[in-house]
Amino acid sequence: MTHLGYLIAGWGISLVVLGGYGLRLARRGRSLSPLVPEDRRRWLASPGTDSD
Amino acid sequence: MAGRDERPGTTGSRGSRLLGCVALTCLAVLGVLAFVLTGPDVRIHPTTGEEFGQFDAVRMLYLHVPMAVLMYASFMLCAVASVGVLVKRTPWWDVMAHSAAEVGTVLCGLVLVTGSIWGRPVWNTWWEWGDVRLMTTLVLFLLFAGYLALRRTTTDPRRQERQAAVVALVAVLDIPLVNRSVAWWENRTLHQRSTLEELKIEDLTLFTLMFGFLTFGLVVWWLTLQRFRVGWLERAAIDHAVGSAMAERRSETSADELDAAIGVTDEQAGEASP
Repeated sequence: MTHLGYLIAGWGISLVVLGGYGLRLARRGRSLSPLVPEDRRRWLASPGTDSD
Repeated sequence: MAGRDERPGTTGSRGSRLLGCVALTCLAVLGVLAFVLTGPDVRIHPTTGEEFGQFDAVRMLYLHVPMAVLMYASFMLCAVASVGVLVKRTPWWDVMAHSAAEVGTVLCGLVLVTGSIWGRPVWNTWWEWGDVRLMTTLVLFLLFAGYLALRRTTTDPRRQERQAAVVALVAVLDIPLVNRSVAWWENRTLHQRSTLEELKIEDLTLFTLMFGFLTFGLVVWWLTLQRFRVGWLERAAIDHAVGSAMAERRSETSADELDAAIGVTDEQAGEASP
Protein backbone atom coordinates (compact mmCIF):
# COMPACT_ATOMS: atom_id res chain seq x y z
CA MET A 1 0.00 0.00 0.00
CA THR A 2 1.36 3.42 -0.98
CA HIS A 3 1.27 6.45 1.34
CA LEU A 4 0.67 4.25 4.38
CA GLY A 5 2.24 6.74 6.79
CA TYR A 6 -0.04 9.54 5.57
CA LEU A 7 -3.10 7.30 5.87
CA ILE A 8 -2.23 6.21 9.40
CA ALA A 9 -1.58 9.83 10.39
CA GLY A 10 -4.82 11.17 8.83
CA TRP A 11 -7.14 8.44 10.08
CA GLY A 12 -5.32 8.11 13.39
CA ILE A 13 -5.44 11.81 14.26
CA SER A 14 -9.13 12.04 13.29
CA LEU A 15 -10.22 9.00 15.29
CA VAL A 16 -8.14 9.95 18.32
CA VAL A 17 -9.42 13.54 18.33
CA LEU A 18 -13.08 12.55 17.84
CA GLY A 19 -12.79 9.72 20.39
CA GLY A 20 -11.01 11.94 22.90
CA TYR A 21 -13.58 14.68 22.46
CA GLY A 22 -16.45 12.21 22.97
CA LEU A 23 -14.76 10.80 26.07
CA ARG A 24 -14.22 14.30 27.46
CA LEU A 25 -17.91 15.12 26.96
CA ALA A 26 -18.96 11.91 28.72
CA ARG A 27 -16.63 12.64 31.66
CA ARG A 28 -17.80 16.25 31.90
CA GLY A 29 -21.40 15.01 32.00
CA ARG A 30 -20.53 12.60 34.82
CA SER A 31 -18.79 15.30 36.85
CA LEU A 32 -21.66 17.78 36.39
CA SER A 33 -24.46 15.38 37.26
CA PRO A 34 -23.80 15.29 41.04
CA LEU A 35 -23.92 19.11 41.15
CA VAL A 36 -27.53 19.08 40.04
CA PRO A 37 -30.31 17.60 42.24
CA GLU A 38 -31.70 14.29 41.09
CA ASP A 39 -35.02 15.77 40.05
CA ARG A 40 -33.22 18.28 37.84
CA ARG A 41 -30.50 16.07 36.40
CA ARG A 42 -32.44 15.59 33.21
CA TRP A 43 -31.99 18.03 30.41
CA LEU A 44 -35.72 18.02 29.80
CA ALA A 45 -36.23 20.33 32.79
CA SER A 46 -35.38 23.87 31.71
CA PRO A 47 -32.77 25.58 33.88
CA GLY A 48 -34.24 28.54 35.72
CA THR A 49 -37.83 27.36 35.38
CA ASP A 50 -37.90 24.77 38.16
CA SER A 51 -38.73 25.86 41.67
CA ASP A 52 -36.27 24.88 44.37
CA MET B 1 -34.85 14.62 23.42
CA ALA B 2 -34.36 11.94 26.04
CA GLY B 3 -36.27 8.87 27.10
CA ARG B 4 -37.19 7.85 30.60
CA ASP B 5 -34.24 5.54 30.98
CA GLU B 6 -31.39 8.01 31.59
CA ARG B 7 -28.89 6.99 34.22
CA PRO B 8 -28.91 9.79 36.76
CA GLY B 9 -25.12 10.13 36.84
CA THR B 10 -24.50 10.36 33.10
CA THR B 11 -25.67 12.22 30.02
CA GLY B 12 -26.48 8.94 28.29
CA SER B 13 -29.90 7.56 27.48
CA ARG B 14 -30.90 4.28 25.86
CA GLY B 15 -31.31 6.13 22.57
CA SER B 16 -27.92 7.84 22.72
CA ARG B 17 -26.16 4.64 23.76
CA LEU B 18 -27.74 2.82 20.85
CA LEU B 19 -26.74 5.67 18.54
CA GLY B 20 -23.16 5.48 19.83
CA CYS B 21 -23.00 1.71 19.29
CA VAL B 22 -24.37 2.01 15.74
CA ALA B 23 -21.88 4.81 14.98
CA LEU B 24 -18.95 2.72 16.26
CA THR B 25 -20.10 -0.29 14.23
CA CYS B 26 -20.43 1.85 11.11
CA LEU B 27 -16.91 3.25 11.73
CA ALA B 28 -15.54 -0.31 11.79
CA VAL B 29 -17.40 -1.18 8.57
CA LEU B 30 -16.15 2.05 6.96
CA GLY B 31 -12.60 1.06 7.89
CA VAL B 32 -13.05 -2.30 6.12
CA LEU B 33 -14.60 -0.64 3.08
CA ALA B 34 -11.95 2.08 2.88
CA PHE B 35 -8.87 -0.06 3.48
CA VAL B 36 -9.78 -3.57 2.31
CA LEU B 37 -12.64 -3.66 -0.17
CA THR B 38 -11.97 -0.55 -2.26
CA GLY B 39 -8.92 -0.27 -4.46
CA PRO B 40 -6.43 2.55 -4.97
CA ASP B 41 -7.07 5.34 -7.48
CA VAL B 42 -4.85 4.30 -10.39
CA ARG B 43 -5.51 5.45 -13.94
CA ILE B 44 -3.58 4.94 -17.16
CA HIS B 45 -2.65 7.92 -19.27
CA PRO B 46 -4.26 7.42 -22.73
CA THR B 47 -1.22 8.53 -24.74
CA THR B 48 1.85 7.80 -22.62
CA GLY B 49 0.45 4.71 -20.92
CA GLU B 50 1.87 5.85 -17.57
CA GLU B 51 0.02 5.26 -14.31
CA PHE B 52 -1.29 8.32 -12.54
CA GLY B 53 -3.91 9.20 -9.89
CA GLN B 54 -4.08 9.50 -6.12
CA PHE B 55 -3.10 5.85 -5.51
CA ASP B 56 -3.80 4.84 -1.88
CA ALA B 57 -4.06 8.45 -0.72
CA VAL B 58 -7.64 8.35 -2.04
CA ARG B 59 -8.56 6.38 1.11
CA MET B 60 -8.18 9.61 3.07
CA LEU B 61 -11.09 11.14 1.18
CA TYR B 62 -13.58 8.68 2.70
CA LEU B 63 -12.88 10.55 5.93
CA HIS B 64 -12.02 14.08 4.78
CA VAL B 65 -15.00 14.77 2.49
CA PRO B 66 -17.76 13.60 4.91
CA MET B 67 -16.17 15.60 7.74
CA ALA B 68 -16.09 18.70 5.52
CA VAL B 69 -19.78 18.36 4.60
CA LEU B 70 -20.77 17.71 8.23
CA MET B 71 -18.70 20.72 9.28
CA TYR B 72 -20.92 22.84 7.01
CA ALA B 73 -24.01 21.20 8.53
CA SER B 74 -22.84 21.87 12.10
CA PHE B 75 -22.11 25.52 11.40
CA MET B 76 -25.46 25.93 9.63
CA LEU B 77 -27.19 24.38 12.65
CA CYS B 78 -25.31 26.89 14.80
CA ALA B 79 -26.57 29.72 12.57
CA VAL B 80 -30.19 28.52 12.76
CA ALA B 81 -29.94 28.18 16.54
CA SER B 82 -28.34 31.65 16.73
CA VAL B 83 -31.38 33.09 14.96
CA GLY B 84 -33.43 31.26 17.61
CA VAL B 85 -31.31 32.92 20.34
CA LEU B 86 -32.01 36.38 18.91
CA VAL B 87 -35.72 35.78 18.28
CA LYS B 88 -36.86 33.39 21.05
CA ARG B 89 -34.18 34.15 23.67
CA THR B 90 -34.54 30.77 25.38
CA PRO B 91 -31.68 28.67 26.82
CA TRP B 92 -32.45 25.76 24.47
CA TRP B 93 -31.39 27.69 21.37
CA ASP B 94 -28.29 29.06 23.03
CA VAL B 95 -27.10 25.64 24.24
CA MET B 96 -27.79 24.21 20.78
CA ALA B 97 -25.87 27.02 19.03
CA HIS B 98 -22.90 26.58 21.38
CA SER B 99 -22.92 22.78 20.96
CA ALA B 100 -23.10 22.89 17.15
CA ALA B 101 -20.33 25.52 17.00
CA GLU B 102 -18.00 23.46 19.18
CA VAL B 103 -18.56 20.24 17.23
CA GLY B 104 -18.23 22.15 13.93
CA THR B 105 -14.94 23.71 15.04
CA VAL B 106 -13.50 20.30 15.97
CA LEU B 107 -14.51 19.03 12.52
CA CYS B 108 -13.09 22.12 10.80
CA GLY B 109 -9.73 21.58 12.51
CA LEU B 110 -9.71 17.94 11.43
CA VAL B 111 -10.67 18.88 7.87
CA LEU B 112 -7.68 21.24 7.71
CA VAL B 113 -5.31 18.63 9.17
CA THR B 114 -6.50 15.67 7.06
CA GLY B 115 -6.58 17.87 3.94
CA SER B 116 -3.00 18.90 4.57
CA ILE B 117 -1.89 15.29 5.11
CA TRP B 118 -3.70 14.22 1.92
CA GLY B 119 -2.22 17.15 -0.03
CA ARG B 120 1.40 16.21 0.69
CA PRO B 121 1.49 13.01 -1.43
CA VAL B 122 -1.06 14.18 -4.03
CA TRP B 123 -0.13 17.87 -4.54
CA ASN B 124 3.39 17.62 -3.16
CA THR B 125 2.67 20.36 -0.62
CA TRP B 126 1.39 20.50 2.96
CA TRP B 127 -0.16 23.93 2.57
CA GLU B 128 -0.65 26.52 -0.15
CA TRP B 129 -1.24 30.07 1.05
CA GLY B 130 -2.61 31.16 -2.34
CA ASP B 131 -5.31 28.45 -2.42
CA VAL B 132 -8.67 30.13 -1.94
CA ARG B 133 -10.43 27.10 -0.45
CA LEU B 134 -7.68 26.48 2.09
CA MET B 135 -7.65 30.11 3.15
CA THR B 136 -11.43 30.48 3.40
CA THR B 137 -11.57 27.26 5.46
CA LEU B 138 -8.82 28.56 7.75
CA VAL B 139 -10.75 31.83 8.14
CA LEU B 140 -13.89 29.83 9.00
CA PHE B 141 -11.94 27.91 11.66
CA LEU B 142 -10.56 31.12 13.16
CA LEU B 143 -13.99 32.79 13.15
CA PHE B 144 -15.55 29.94 15.10
CA ALA B 145 -12.51 29.69 17.39
CA GLY B 146 -13.25 33.36 18.14
CA TYR B 147 -16.90 32.47 18.75
CA LEU B 148 -15.87 29.81 21.30
CA ALA B 149 -13.43 32.24 22.94
CA LEU B 150 -16.25 34.78 23.25
CA ARG B 151 -18.39 32.12 24.96
CA ARG B 152 -15.69 31.77 27.64
CA THR B 153 -15.68 35.45 28.59
CA THR B 154 -17.31 36.28 31.91
CA THR B 155 -19.52 39.18 30.94
CA ASP B 156 -23.28 39.32 31.40
CA PRO B 157 -24.52 35.90 30.12
CA ARG B 158 -27.57 37.34 28.31
CA ARG B 159 -25.43 39.89 26.51
CA GLN B 160 -22.81 37.24 25.73
CA GLU B 161 -25.46 34.98 24.16
CA ARG B 162 -26.63 37.72 21.83
CA GLN B 163 -23.09 38.79 20.90
CA ALA B 164 -22.12 35.18 20.16
CA ALA B 165 -25.25 34.73 18.02
CA VAL B 166 -24.30 37.75 15.91
CA VAL B 167 -20.72 36.48 15.54
CA ALA B 168 -22.05 33.08 14.39
CA LEU B 169 -24.34 34.68 11.82
CA VAL B 170 -21.44 36.70 10.42
CA ALA B 171 -19.09 33.67 10.45
CA VAL B 172 -21.41 31.44 8.42
CA LEU B 173 -21.28 33.95 5.57
CA ASP B 174 -17.88 32.35 4.87
CA ILE B 175 -19.45 28.94 4.15
CA PRO B 176 -20.65 29.76 0.61
CA LEU B 177 -17.16 31.12 -0.12
CA VAL B 178 -15.56 27.88 1.07
CA ASN B 179 -18.01 25.70 -0.80
CA ARG B 180 -18.10 27.61 -4.10
CA SER B 181 -14.46 28.74 -4.14
CA VAL B 182 -13.48 25.91 -6.52
CA ALA B 183 -15.98 27.22 -9.07
CA TRP B 184 -15.64 30.98 -8.50
CA TRP B 185 -11.82 31.06 -8.33
CA GLU B 186 -11.02 28.02 -10.44
CA ASN B 187 -7.51 29.23 -11.28
CA ARG B 188 -6.63 30.10 -7.69
CA THR B 189 -7.09 26.72 -6.06
CA LEU B 190 -5.46 23.30 -6.20
CA HIS B 191 -8.82 21.72 -5.36
CA GLN B 192 -10.77 20.10 -8.12
CA ARG B 193 -14.49 20.63 -8.66
CA SER B 194 -16.82 18.30 -6.82
CA THR B 195 -16.44 14.75 -8.12
CA LEU B 196 -19.89 13.94 -6.75
CA GLU B 197 -21.60 16.75 -8.69
CA GLU B 198 -19.94 15.62 -11.91
CA LEU B 199 -20.40 11.89 -11.08
CA LYS B 200 -16.75 11.04 -11.71
CA ILE B 201 -16.80 8.19 -9.18
CA GLU B 202 -18.99 5.13 -9.18
CA ASP B 203 -19.58 1.62 -7.82
CA LEU B 204 -17.85 0.70 -4.56
CA THR B 205 -15.89 3.97 -4.34
CA LEU B 206 -19.13 5.94 -4.47
CA PHE B 207 -20.80 3.56 -2.01
CA THR B 208 -17.88 3.89 0.44
CA LEU B 209 -18.01 7.66 0.23
CA MET B 210 -21.78 7.62 0.86
CA PHE B 211 -21.27 5.21 3.75
CA GLY B 212 -18.69 7.68 5.09
CA PHE B 213 -21.37 10.39 5.08
CA LEU B 214 -23.73 8.11 7.01
CA THR B 215 -21.05 7.05 9.51
CA PHE B 216 -19.75 10.52 10.28
CA GLY B 217 -23.33 11.79 10.31
CA LEU B 218 -24.04 9.38 13.18
CA VAL B 219 -20.80 10.31 14.96
CA VAL B 220 -21.55 14.04 14.70
CA TRP B 221 -25.15 13.48 15.80
CA TRP B 222 -23.92 11.63 18.92
CA LEU B 223 -21.30 14.27 19.70
CA THR B 224 -23.77 17.14 19.29
CA LEU B 225 -26.31 15.36 21.50
CA GLN B 226 -23.75 14.77 24.25
CA ARG B 227 -22.43 18.34 24.00
CA PHE B 228 -25.97 19.67 24.21
CA ARG B 229 -26.67 17.65 27.35
CA VAL B 230 -23.41 18.79 28.96
CA GLY B 231 -24.29 22.41 28.17
CA TRP B 232 -27.76 21.90 29.62
CA LEU B 233 -26.31 20.39 32.81
CA GLU B 234 -23.83 23.28 33.13
CA ARG B 235 -26.73 25.72 33.14
CA ALA B 236 -28.76 23.63 35.56
CA ALA B 237 -25.74 23.37 37.89
CA ILE B 238 -25.26 27.15 37.91
CA ASP B 239 -28.97 27.76 38.53
CA HIS B 240 -28.99 25.24 41.35
CA ALA B 241 -25.83 26.71 42.93
CA VAL B 242 -27.30 30.24 42.85
CA GLY B 243 -30.65 29.01 44.21
CA SER B 244 -28.94 27.08 47.03
CA ALA B 245 -26.75 30.06 47.96
CA MET B 246 -29.80 32.36 48.14
CA ALA B 247 -31.74 29.87 50.25
CA GLU B 248 -28.76 29.44 52.59
CA ARG B 249 -28.39 33.22 52.95
CA ARG B 250 -32.09 33.55 53.75
CA SER B 251 -31.87 30.88 56.44
CA GLU B 252 -28.90 32.66 58.06
CA THR B 253 -30.73 36.00 58.25
CA SER B 254 -33.28 36.58 61.01
CA ALA B 255 -36.70 38.11 60.31
CA ASP B 256 -35.73 41.33 62.14
CA GLU B 257 -32.57 41.71 60.02
CA LEU B 258 -34.56 41.15 56.87
CA ASP B 259 -37.12 43.79 57.93
CA ALA B 260 -34.33 46.23 58.71
CA ALA B 261 -32.67 45.53 55.37
CA ILE B 262 -35.80 46.38 53.42
CA GLY B 263 -36.71 49.38 55.68
CA VAL B 264 -39.71 47.97 57.57
CA THR B 265 -40.08 49.46 61.08
CA ASP B 266 -41.07 47.48 64.19
CA GLU B 267 -44.48 49.17 64.20
CA GLN B 268 -45.19 48.30 60.58
CA ALA B 269 -44.04 44.75 61.23
CA GLY B 270 -46.39 44.56 64.26
CA GLU B 271 -49.33 45.84 62.22
CA ALA B 272 -48.64 43.38 59.46
CA SER B 273 -48.49 40.38 61.78
CA PRO B 274 -51.87 38.85 62.81
